[in-house]
Formats: sequence, C-alpha cells, structure tokens
Amino acid sequence: MKVASKRKTSGAKADAAGKKTPTAWEKVALARDAKRPHVRDFIAAMCDGFEELHGDRLAADDPAMVAGFGRIGQHRVLVIGHNKGANVEENVASNFGMANPDGYRKAMRLAKLAERFGCQVVTFVDTPGAYPGREAEERGQAEAIAKSLEFFAGLETPVTVVITGEGGSGGALAIAVGDNVLMMENAVYSVISPEGCAGILWRDGSKAPEAAEALKITAHDLEKLGAIDGIIPEPAGGAQKNPAAACRAVKKAVLASLDALAKTPREELVKRRYAKLRAYGNFF
Amino acid sequence: MGWYEQKKDRAPVPPEKAIWAVCPKCKSHFGKKAWKDAGGICPKCNYHSRISARERIAITADEGTFEEICAGVGYSDHLKFHDASGAYKDKVEAAKAKTGEGESVTVGRCKIGGHAAMLGVMDFAFMGGSLGTGTGERIARACEEAVAKRLPLVIFSASGGARMHEGILSLMQMAKTSAAIAALKKAGLPFISVLTDPTTGGVSASYAMLGDINISEPRALVGFAGRRVIESTIRQKLPDDFQSAEYTEKHGFIDRIVERGEMKAFIARMLDFWGF
Ligand SMILES: [Zn+2]
Repeated sequence: MKVASKRKTSGAKADAAGKKTPTAWEKVALARDAKRPHVRDFIAAMCDGFEELHGDRLAADDPAMVAGFGRIGQHRVLVIGHNKGANVEENVASNFGMANPDGYRKAMRLAKLAERFGCQVVTFVDTPGAYPGREAEERGQAEAIAKSLEFFAGLETPVTVVITGEGGSGGALAIAVGDNVLMMENAVYSVISPEGCAGILWRDGSKAPEAAEALKITAHDLEKLGAIDGIIPEPAGGAQKNPAAACRAVKKAVLASLDALAKTPREELVKRRYAKLRAYGNFF
Repeated sequence: MGWYEQKKDRAPVPPEKAIWAVCPKCKSHFGKKAWKDAGGICPKCNYHSRISARERIAITADEGTFEEICAGVGYSDHLKFHDASGAYKDKVEAAKAKTGEGESVTVGRCKIGGHAAMLGVMDFAFMGGSLGTGTGERIARACEEAVAKRLPLVIFSASGGARMHEGILSLMQMAKTSAAIAALKKAGLPFISVLTDPTTGGVSASYAMLGDINISEPRALVGFAGRRVIESTIRQKLPDDFQSAEYTEKHGFIDRIVERGEMKAFIARMLDFWGF
C-alpha cells in the first residue's frame, strides 16, 4: 500500500536549482550524519505522553532499542526504534544502535501488547546492523532476528515502518517488516554495508563508493525495486540541516499511514502483509 | 636456497591427483581413500564435511521418491550487478554449470523413511549457498506446497547468508521465507530445520533458525556474524569452539546434534511421533 506523501522522483533533483543528485555514497554519509534526527527526536516531536518501557523479560534490557507507548495524533501507538544516540557518550551507552538479541525480544514482547490492546506499531529503523558480539551470538542473535521476522509477519495489528537513517541488513529488517514501509529521502537500506560488500567482492574496503552504487541502496532505487512503499522528503540539503522540519515531514507521513491502516479490517491485515512479503523478488 | 627454488619450480599438484585429504576443521591429513571411505566425515574430529544437494537428497529421501518442484525458478539479475571480478550473471551461470543445480536450494516432494514430506536442500557449492530471490522463492513455494498437500517440511541449510549481488531483494527473502514458515506452522504442519556446515548470516537469521526443532551435524558452523568481524569488533580472541553446533546446542538454540548416518532415521522417528 502506498500512503506516504509521495513527492515523485528524487528530492535532490527537485531542489535542483543547479544542485546535482547526491551519489549513493554521498547518501551513505548523509544517512550516517550524527546531526540527523534520531529515534528520541522523532518521539519528542511526534508523540504525546510517551511512556518508555524496558526489558525482554528473559535476560536483559537493550539500550540500542527504544520502545514505549504514546499517542501520535489520535492514534494510540507502540513506538519501537534503534537508538544510535546523539553524541559520543550516548553512542557508547546505546552501542551505536546495534541491537543485541534482547533488543529484538523486547520489541516482540511489547508489540504483542500493542496487538492485545489494539494499538498500532510504528518503528524507526536506524542501525549499522545487529551487534556482532560474543554474547549476542551466545544469546541467539540469529534466532532473535529470525523470530522477529516470523513474529511481525503474523502480528495482528498494523505496522508502519520508517527507515530514518541507516537500514543495516538483518538488524534493520528485524523491525522493518510491516504494512507500510517508508523511507526518508536520504536514508539508505542495504543487504550489507558498502564497506563490507567492497571488502568481500572487491577485496578492498576503499571501493565502498562503487559497492554502494552497485547495491542500489537509496530510497529512489529501492522504491523502483518495490522494496519500499513511499519516500518522505527531507529539507534541502538533508534532515541534518533542519531536524525540526524533517521531524514534521515524518510525522505527516506517519499520521497518513496510521489513518489509512486504521481502516484496514484486522482479518485482512495479515493476509495483505503476507501477499506483500510474498511478492518481494518474485520474478517467476 | 636450492631446495626452495626446486620447490618453487615444481608444478602445483592438481587437487584430484593429490594423495592427501585435509580435514578443514582439525587440519589432520588422511589418505584420499581413507577420507572417501569415511564418507567425508573426519575420522579424527568427526567433522561432517559439506556435500552436494543431490548427495544429501540421496541419503535422506527414500530411493526414487524425490520429485523436484519449481526447478525453473532461478536467479534474477535485476541490478545488473558487477564487481571487481566481473558480472554476477557470469558467476551464477558458472555456479549452475558447476553444481548442475538451478539455485542454491533444491526443493521437492519425497518420502523419508516412508513418511511423505516436502524436502529442501541447500548446496554450499552454489555461490556459498547464498540466499537470493530464486532461493527465497523456492523456499516459499515449498512451504505453500507443503500446506496445500498437508506435508511436513524438512530443510537442510548450508549458507553464508544473503546474496549481495541481488541487493535489497535478497534481504527481503529473509522476511518472505520467514512469513512462509509462519504460515506453514499456522496450518498445523511441522518444520524440521537441519543446520549443516556452515549456516550463518541471513539464512540462520531467517528460516534455518525457525524450525519447530533445529538439528545440526557434528562440528557444523552455526551462527550469525562472522568470527573475524566479531573478533575485530570486541578486540578479543574467541574460543576455538565458538559457533560450533556443539556450542550452539549448549546455549540452547539447537535441539540435537545428529550424526549423518543417523539423520534420516531420526527425522522419520520425529515425523512418525507427530503423526505425519
Ligand atoms: Zn577433523
């Protein structure tokens, strides 16, 4: 379904008063810009009465994943998002937004509550990837991501996804299975980081710009591939230039999505989501 | 100096002429014949080495019962992907020629110890068993066919993860296959996942870890992130058995480690017990 405010074609082309469209690699830099709004900025700008909740009830609370209930417009929602942090101190405290299994399990636990109490779910995706750590593996990083994919595919409440910065592989996808997947204009979303891809396929990490181009990771490329449902325009030069305006644009798109999804009959929801997932890359 | 130059001048021994087989896990050397007689299972450390999809089908499905489905579903080069060593299209065509398979997974109906089942088998020799759009489509169709025919599903995984050359749509196959597995379970059908050496990345983080039971073979590598990536992130050396099937079983994510020679009988017993 497509309910985002969809300004056609590239925003960079749109503000093309002589400016050229950023390359994929330039978009990677924009997507990673520390001054870009992060999950707590979006929550502050969009939610009334946000109540953060902690823990997966199994082992830990993951600071790399923020979750809690609040209102967006007249909608009661569960917000889930990767938490990169706004400065070095916060970056370290939240592990640069790289979730452990506990983060995905917290997301599932609370999304189940949202389902029970008829709240919609909104996720903000911004992570370099799931954390590659020893304890992460021991506590089942692969299983946590797999479970999350299976879980969100079957969740009987609407899910709106916003890729706000870096959509890093499985760690991003784990909270990016939904009914309406939106992407900010300068965000990127990829099966592997350009550096990682360059290291493997070019055997040279410095070829990341080429890998970024080849992988097709920009919002406009992903929309063409049918991997996302809509693009949220950013202020001229990128969200970091005017975070407040960027948050307003995201709120507008999310509200439109919540309004549209509220009308979808519950019994239709999971069926439609399945059909949507099923159609990814079906060339036969 | 002399011996060094002599050695350098000597032509490398082609692998098929080599006398020695080396266990990739414990690095022990064996006579080629001894290794072959052991069925690719290390006589020293019990590592179960990688086998082709057809070899796996031969030791899993009852003789003559395997009927492949969607053999025509293959890769897609929607990105026209090129890297330093050439075009994706050429690499995947070479993988097809080398393995004789159309994709990194082969799926079909069969009987396992008399029990009708849907079987999927991945082949690591096909581009590292990577999960591309064709792979995901085959897995999804296997799930749907299993639901339509009321068959239990068994998948043997062997994969390094999602296929980079097909970009974001490879990543989306993780979601697609997981949704298809969810639908199969919702229909009341069991999924037995067998994680063989190696099962990592996007495959372990989707259908492979979603088995109603997850089985592995001795000493198989099972994990999410690569050892080197983890070691460079945490700046620590990891234990030797890190991400082994045994280590993963100890941490609670593998139900049981089953020897290759026992695998078919074990799967058949579980299917029998569950009434399939
Ligand atoms: Zn060995």
